[in-house]
Amino acid sequence: MSSPAGASPTGQGPVPAASLSGSCAMSASDIAAGVRSGELSALGVLEEHLSQVERWEPEVHAFNLVTADAARARAREVDAMVAKGKDPGPLAGVPVALKDLLCTRGVPTTCSSRILAGWRPPYDATVVKKVAEAGAVAVGKANMDEFAMGSSTEHSATGPTRNPHDLKRVPGGSSGGSAAAVAAGFSALALGSDTGGSIRQPAALCGVVGVKPTYGLVSRYGLVAFASSLDQIGPFGRSVADAALALDVISGHDELDSTSLPGDPPRAASRLGRGVEGLRVGVIAELAGAEGISPDVAAALDGAAQSLAASGAKVEEISVPSVRFGLSAYYMIAPAEASSNLARYDGVRYGFRSPGQDITEMYMATRSVGFGAEVKRRIMLGTYALSAGYYDAYYGKAQKVRTLIIRDFDSAYSSFDVLLAPTSPTVAFELGAKTADPLAMYLSDVCTIPSNLAGHPAMSVPFGKGECGLPIGVQVLAPALGEPVMFQVAEALEAAAPLGTGDPHGEEAK
Amino acid sequence: MSGPTDGAARDAGRGADWEMVIGLEVHCELRTATKLFCGCPNSFGDEPNVNVCPVCLGLPGSLPVLNKQAVEFALRIGAALHSLAQSSIFHRKNYFYPDMPKDFQISQYDVPINAGGWLELPSGKRIGIVRAHIEEDTGKTTHVGGGGRIHDAGYSLVDYNRAGVPLVEIVSEPDISSAEEAREYVEELRAILVATGASDGKMEEGSLRVDCNVSVKPLGSEELGTRCEIKNMNSLRSLGRAIAYEAARQAEVLSAGGRVTQETRHWDEAEGRTHSMRSKEEAFDYRYFPEPDLVTLAPSKEWVESVKANLGTMPAQLRRRVADAAGVPASSEAVSTVVRLGLEGLVGAAVDAKADAGLALRRLANEVAGELGDGGGHNLGREAFAHLVLMEQRGELTSAQARSVLKIMVAEGGQPEEVASRLGFKALGAGALEAVVEEVVAANPREWERYAGGDDKLTGFFIGKIKAATGGNADLKAASELLRSRRGAS
Repeated sequence: MSSPAGASPTGQGPVPAASLSGSCAMSASDIAAGVRSGELSALGVLEEHLSQVERWEPEVHAFNLVTADAARARAREVDAMVAKGKDPGPLAGVPVALKDLLCTRGVPTTCSSRILAGWRPPYDATVVKKVAEAGAVAVGKANMDEFAMGSSTEHSATGPTRNPHDLKRVPGGSSGGSAAAVAAGFSALALGSDTGGSIRQPAALCGVVGVKPTYGLVSRYGLVAFASSLDQIGPFGRSVADAALALDVISGHDELDSTSLPGDPPRAASRLGRGVEGLRVGVIAELAGAEGISPDVAAALDGAAQSLAASGAKVEEISVPSVRFGLSAYYMIAPAEASSNLARYDGVRYGFRSPGQDITEMYMATRSVGFGAEVKRRIMLGTYALSAGYYDAYYGKAQKVRTLIIRDFDSAYSSFDVLLAPTSPTVAFELGAKTADPLAMYLSDVCTIPSNLAGHPAMSVPFGKGECGLPIGVQVLAPALGEPVMFQVAEALEAAAPLGTGDPHGEEAK
Repeated sequence: MSGPTDGAARDAGRGADWEMVIGLEVHCELRTATKLFCGCPNSFGDEPNVNVCPVCLGLPGSLPVLNKQAVEFALRIGAALHSLAQSSIFHRKNYFYPDMPKDFQISQYDVPINAGGWLELPSGKRIGIVRAHIEEDTGKTTHVGGGGRIHDAGYSLVDYNRAGVPLVEIVSEPDISSAEEAREYVEELRAILVATGASDGKMEEGSLRVDCNVSVKPLGSEELGTRCEIKNMNSLRSLGRAIAYEAARQAEVLSAGGRVTQETRHWDEAEGRTHSMRSKEEAFDYRYFPEPDLVTLAPSKEWVESVKANLGTMPAQLRRRVADAAGVPASSEAVSTVVRLGLEGLVGAAVDAKADAGLALRRLANEVAGELGDGGGHNLGREAFAHLVLMEQRGELTSAQARSVLKIMVAEGGQPEEVASRLGFKALGAGALEAVVEEVVAANPREWERYAGGDDKLTGFFIGKIKAATGGNADLKAASELLRSRRGAS
């Protein structure tokens, strides 16, 4: 499945700076404003993005499927609405990439797995409906690690996605296709899902903004589950404001999701433009100094903290002791839930089936062939963790760690408005660098996992460049429903970021 | 909560004295309009796979949303079984089978909505309830070809209409000590479930399904034997047969010095025996863990209290009311028959009309129950029935006549006077009967002399004459009493 490290399929370099032109270089809010006012046509915007896809997708492979025809039809509808004087909504004409685990009615949804081959959902995920109702134009289904299990998008049945900044490198994962699509100008926004860092880590590696909202803020209805108690859908954008715009479209209570939070959601954009004067910012000592944090990432985090202090925030180091156990707890809970969530892919009703002499053989053949190695590894891990006699020692204990992490965060938030941490320990690594060593791959998420365990929001904002001129992301963490203050701080970081941070193609690109 | 040992249990041992220890797990389908976690109709007997949606098909990305009506029914069942309603959670029970769309069942495990409780049998014995929890039903598989089992089938058909239908599983303590008592328990539970409105109680449609844990132990022993779980009993009759068979089998094994293996056994109705399905070692590891897609189910105090307040009258209370009215013990057969058939209102009608409630109870438990068999409706009006009882009580109809009138009223309805006159029954009061007796005695002086002299063989002769003279309208019991008292006076 994974390609060897090395040059891109056509031997070309990173997606060049000059290629981001026209609407492909515009923010989502500018596109929407232009389409709503009639200055831009949604179809014109789309065609520019499709040209960018046509030019660079063979190199990047951000998509499992580009739905060009449906997108054109949708763009025409948006333009027709504007022509009739109707408002298509806050995302009018904005091209959006959808991670290929969001159900799209009648459109293949594969989770980058062979086992869902040929399956077309009979319904749209709630977020898919919401972005469509806001006027967005879905351009395609973004590649990912199979069933969102991975940190590099190499565990995909359709082959790896490559980082637009360096085609020899991974985009991160599991939402690597979504992150790469936004970084490469294939879409202005993308939706991904984050179970242990699957939005924030690829956002950091691809130099874009990625948000994991508070658990329950965004409906999971129609999100193919990996680990239900950790999964959250969130947006990618090229700016903090764009990510806030997208989050405000997709958040809100959904009666189809029992874990969806009641009441009106906080508005992510509500505190933008206020600066950070007087805010209390804690740098998480255990993550800032975690083993494996590379010097360039540590330096970027320092720079970020200093820039906030310079803007009037009160910045201090803070200890959140139990986050050290996050990774271990996560690798009990997530596989356990996954082992159950993925049981339904059994060849009986839909998707891939490998025949057998009887039902047991059919089950075994279907799942042996249909799932990739990483998925099978986690199903086995989770099945074991839930087995009679082991439950208390593994799953039960991991849940206790989870409680501890929440308690430690609560205590930290009694003194701080937001917390800072690295997003990924390193910049993007080369394809194949970690595929042979699952544990090394798992460590990519050491800084992002605690927020999933706590159910708290966190986002990654590009802040400077590291080794080989590759982007670095800094993570802003906030208490449950603390999205407004989180975006407020993220915006300040975006404004203070070193020159060249916003350049999506790296210093090497001429 | 172990009750006294039922003598019938000893039948099991075939020679040795063994007693049965039985616990039942009853799955009750709830009469909700829609399924437990989605809006699909909860309806029996439709075309296969029409009542399905992404949620009950377990399609990727779908999520369950709990049906409030199902919780209401579960709370009613709990209240009727004297259970404690508590804050509860759902678990996933994981195993692979094609009738389960998600390959796990959403059920409740260690924290069920209803904990503890008891059910009172008509005999007065209380059977402990461990729990009554909510879970979803599976689809229905039909294995075509082979032995009708999945592994030898040529192919299997699955109907997911039933997948996600709400169930409450009621687990009893092992307080049941005979096959007959097990049947009584299920009958009583069924009556309670119907009375709460939660179930239609139809065993034949699978609305009520019973699994059974059976073990035997030497009579009087404190130590429990190894139990077997029996599945696939589709009627009360097969439940009784299966328990009797299984207890006898275990007793035989133990009597021969063997050991009972803990296992799940399948009842074969045609063969009349149980056979092993899977041993304890082969038992599934269900890998239970809390269902992350649902939140804690914590019914408010107000909700629980309002369920209790609006529960309506349960069968045991009805039996007590009927028994008090009729002046008989609540444990009497007649009372439980009348309540089982839902005829208690007619006893009430007799009471309201100041008729003899005891007589009303006897007529209902005997004649009416006999006409109705195990089910079916009747056309008795409340006032009409009460009036019939009064007519019999006053001697306006003989008991034989009253029974005949009653049978017709059960089938066709109508007023007792009208039915009686249609049958040619004349009202024959006590005075009229006396006059007939005098006439018959006067017409047969020689026979009277012999009868008066103590020859009881002539009773039949006089009764025959009286019957003929009244065209069958005489209350013959009253007539023979008149004859006896006339003889005593003479």
